[in-house]
Amino acid sequence: MFKNELIIDGRKFKSRLMIGTGKFQSNEVMKQAIEASGAEIVTVALRRVDIENPEDDLLRHIDMEKYLLLPNTSGARDATEAVRLARLARAAGCEPWVKLEVTPDPYYLLPDPIETFKAAEILVKEGFKVLPYINADPILCKRLEEIGTVTVMPLGAPIGTNKGLKTVENLKIIIEQSNIPVVVDAGIGAPSHAAYAIELGADAVLVNTAIATAGDPVKMATSFKLAVEAACVARDAGMPTEKQYADASSPLTGFLRD
Amino acid sequence: MSFYDEISKYNWSEVKDFIYSRKEPDVLNAINKNALSLEDFAALLSPAAEKFLEPMAKESHRITLQRFGKTIKIYIPMYVSNECVNSCVYCGFNVHNKFKRKTLTLDEVKLELDVIKKTGIKHILICSGEHPKKVSVDYLNEVVKLARKDFSSIIIEVQPLDENEYRILYNSGADSLALYQETYNKDTYKEVHLGGKKTDYRYRLEAPERAAAAGLRTIGIGALMGLDDFRVEEFFVGLHARYLMRKFWKTHITVSFPRIRDAEGHFKPTYLINDKNLVQSMLSLRLFLHDVGLVISTREPAELRDKLIYLGVTQMSAGSKTNPGGYAAGEEEGKQFEVEDTRSAEEFIESVRKKGFDPVLKDWDSSFINAV
Repeated sequence: MFKNELIIDGRKFKSRLMIGTGKFQSNEVMKQAIEASGAEIVTVALRRVDIENPEDDLLRHIDMEKYLLLPNTSGARDATEAVRLARLARAAGCEPWVKLEVTPDPYYLLPDPIETFKAAEILVKEGFKVLPYINADPILCKRLEEIGTVTVMPLGAPIGTNKGLKTVENLKIIIEQSNIPVVVDAGIGAPSHAAYAIELGADAVLVNTAIATAGDPVKMATSFKLAVEAACVARDAGMPTEKQYADASSPLTGFLRD
Repeated sequence: MSFYDEISKYNWSEVKDFIYSRKEPDVLNAINKNALSLEDFAALLSPAAEKFLEPMAKESHRITLQRFGKTIKIYIPMYVSNECVNSCVYCGFNVHNKFKRKTLTLDEVKLELDVIKKTGIKHILICSGEHPKKVSVDYLNEVVKLARKDFSSIIIEVQPLDENEYRILYNSGADSLALYQETYNKDTYKEVHLGGKKTDYRYRLEAPERAAAAGLRTIGIGALMGLDDFRVEEFFVGLHARYLMRKFWKTHITVSFPRIRDAEGHFKPTYLINDKNLVQSMLSLRLFLHDVGLVISTREPAELRDKLIYLGVTQMSAGSKTNPGGYAAGEEEGKQFEVEDTRSAEEFIESVRKKGFDPVLKDWDSSFINAV
């Protein structure tokens, strides 16, 4: 039975929605949106915060007791930079969890598969729980799983585009083949996109732009919470499978007898 | 091949004629497109587009919100020297202008940094006149190392350098370059740069490429608005930005729109650039290149800056002093130009907040660079 519970490396989370903290108009609005979303995992760009300073304005708005602060390495152009950032966060006292982002292209922020893999290898060996942001590449997902990342985070569409699940065929393969949680990250622009990802079988979704840039971010966060929960309930209810042909209510072969 | 070769394919007056020949349907077509061609960009810069600034503004706001969110990155300049060997007719630092010249000692730099860091802004722009001896790479290197202790992002706005010199500064912690071509018109460039190394149009034009090749992460370009026809200038700014984005795909490009301000020497700009012209330039750039950073400095007055926040700008300076020693020593003399937005950094940051935007004081971490 599908449980409305996300387990990553043995750690349990009630919500399957993760939240990003960029692009909000203020840290106060961000804080309210996080609360409304029901998320328990909050990712923060390390480049945005003074990680060693608990009084940092952004960090102050995130209750570390309540949320798992997931530092991300956005801005890193290669494995070396990403690893350095992750180590910095751990040295500053963060839990050894890291959302690995290696995005050399500053415009579409598309992940570099080779550098991401290299960084993941190093960080896993150093004891980090690595959640890598990647393109929706089923083979890369298996390779990352083999080296010990705790999730894979394939994109639905380029970051910030709100285009939804444009990589759906590959996402289906990834979900089918994965032994670790699959978190659909990037591109989710509407609650219906998030629900669709969960209905497809994704273990969780990560949303940022769609909430942060909404007219009312707090209301939008609530909407995403409800959409993800609705999809969870639907999965629990047993999603009817897609079929190529309709089931006739009067079977065509009903006249056949044993 | 460099951008010099690229721009050499264009003829200034032909481009100008093309821009001025654009009609309303060309403008409407461009506004409604997703991916704009150079021809579309020209249409947005044309006089015909002036009637459509409102829909352009709405589109620019929408794109900016999607790509950057409700955030404004804040930076603060620190002038380390007003000594200069060039003779640029529009600039207060012109070698022929008579005023007290000064290059900060490293101790004075430390004092300046101490005052600036109290603003909480972590992005610092190191500015100077162009005096390769007084403001040498060695000197700049020491300044960058000092700044790196308290600032997470260091932007340099100094004389164009060789690639290996940019690499030295990058390795010490500088991550960004701001370097304006002033004018992309070669003939005008010659007329306004009368002496000094800056007379070399090509060396300056190719500097952003040398900096990007050396590893610098953000490159800021722009034309000094008022030296020539802004529509043509901004067309070439856009062409330059697109060229750099495609060639240096790991480098983030920003565009500034500095208008000539009153300075020592009291140069009167050849072309008067009104607010409408400035806004049209910004909006056209945003619609043409969705992801470039758009920068507005304190050259612009407070009331205008407050309104520009909604139109696509992504980066703004705050609390600027444009002379060496302007912060710690309270020096008033030797400014490059008069600042129009005279609000303190704190006042400006608060004003951004009140407008419903997040003033981002830190968006970079120096640990990205394995500085020595």
